[in-house]
Amino acid sequence: MDAAAIQRALTRMAHEIIERNPDDLGLALIGIRNHGVPIAKRLAAQLNVPIGELDIGMHRDDLALRPPRVGVSQITFDVNGKTIVLVDDVLFTGRTIRAAMDELNDFGRARQIQLAVLIDRGHRELPIRPDFVGKNVPTALTERVRVHLAEVDGHDEVVIEK
Amino acid sequence: MNWQRKNLLGIQELTTDEIIFLLDSAAAFKQVGERTIKKVPSLRGKTLVNLFIEPSTRTRTSFELAAKRLSADVININTTASSLVKGETLKDTALNLEALNADIIVIRHSAAGAPHFLAKFLQASIINAGDGAHEHPTQALLDAFTIREKKGRIADLNVTILGDILYSRVARSNIWLLTKLGARVTLAGPSTLVPRVFEQFGCRVTHDIEEAIRDADVINLLRIQHERQRKTMFPSIGEYAAMFGLNKERFSRTKPDALIMHPGPINRGVEIDSEIADSDRSVILEQVTNGLAVRMAVLFLCAGGKHED
Repeated sequence: MDAAAIQRALTRMAHEIIERNPDDLGLALIGIRNHGVPIAKRLAAQLNVPIGELDIGMHRDDLALRPPRVGVSQITFDVNGKTIVLVDDVLFTGRTIRAAMDELNDFGRARQIQLAVLIDRGHRELPIRPDFVGKNVPTALTERVRVHLAEVDGHDEVVIEK
Repeated sequence: MNWQRKNLLGIQELTTDEIIFLLDSAAAFKQVGERTIKKVPSLRGKTLVNLFIEPSTRTRTSFELAAKRLSADVININTTASSLVKGETLKDTALNLEALNADIIVIRHSAAGAPHFLAKFLQASIINAGDGAHEHPTQALLDAFTIREKKGRIADLNVTILGDILYSRVARSNIWLLTKLGARVTLAGPSTLVPRVFEQFGCRVTHDIEEAIRDADVINLLRIQHERQRKTMFPSIGEYAAMFGLNKERFSRTKPDALIMHPGPINRGVEIDSEIADSDRSVILEQVTNGLAVRMAVLFLCAGGKHED
């Protein structure tokens, strides 16, 4: 996927988010670190809604398998009663989303949580599904999907590595 | 950077990168204390033992609450209730705790090096909560966290540590941490409690309080450790207060934005006047709040993830 394709996908997703939440009362986007944050910012720029950032370091279920690392979640608005769209770059096992929902619940009780991802690569390990998808990309388990974004990596591109 | 330490034994052995990584992580945990739900599951299923062979309320409570906010189970063992008074050695006590599958042992002991001794033969994470007059790493970290939060940096700040340096583990840990991060540290107090030998730590030693506080960006006041002093190091408490206490008159000659810090418990009217302790430049209670965040970060990093060793 090149820069233009990414931009088209995000524009379409922004429209779908509005269609799905027409009253837009209490709609907010929350990006999951690291790559979900710039994607959420791009979507929010088209929707004119509040935006937050989630760090899932404290809620990981694979904490015992990796070096410990944690960052600060930044949510400056009240989550209670809002419709929250979680935003991430790639949806894979679903475990990140599970951790993100737990982290989000610590801030309050959202009225509804929806999920927007740029890439859905399949292989879910939890009963989690996206509401808005930029592109479905069938992959093998051994492959890696890398999303490069201008804000963090200098350019926009999605590549699959064997 | 990846955190690779299972134990936190002291500041002396930490690299500058490790200290910064720890302080950054503490910022994330400080935010947890401000949420609707002040608890995260990071250490769910782990057991922490507070092994306090020396009296402490604030540090033990802080570690206990930090562990509980990370969902760990906590057992407190203090001197009076422990079998150490029945003649059991520290090693046997610790081995018994490990036989109960303790994952983290937080130890305070009157002997310098006690945590290092335990770390040699235990699998559990060992956290030093104060060993003799040697180190009190989490206190130094919370002091640094508070300074960084208030001043935005530590490098190039003038930090004066005033009071009982000789018997203070807080002073030693602070000196190591602050000099590693580039602060200029001045030690001040009576010459019996602030010997010149401390210049070897890379800080300035003075016995002139006026000069010590004049240019300070941070003034950290230490309590007189009555329990650790073998003989009288100064004529009387009253004389100490008159010579070295931070009173209103001296306070008026400090920089207008100088932070006033104290690790507690404070002796009002001795090392610090009441009005100064309660003034808006005093960050003494914020130090307590930050202590919780720093201890959560320490427990999370040392016991929460996978380490190569």
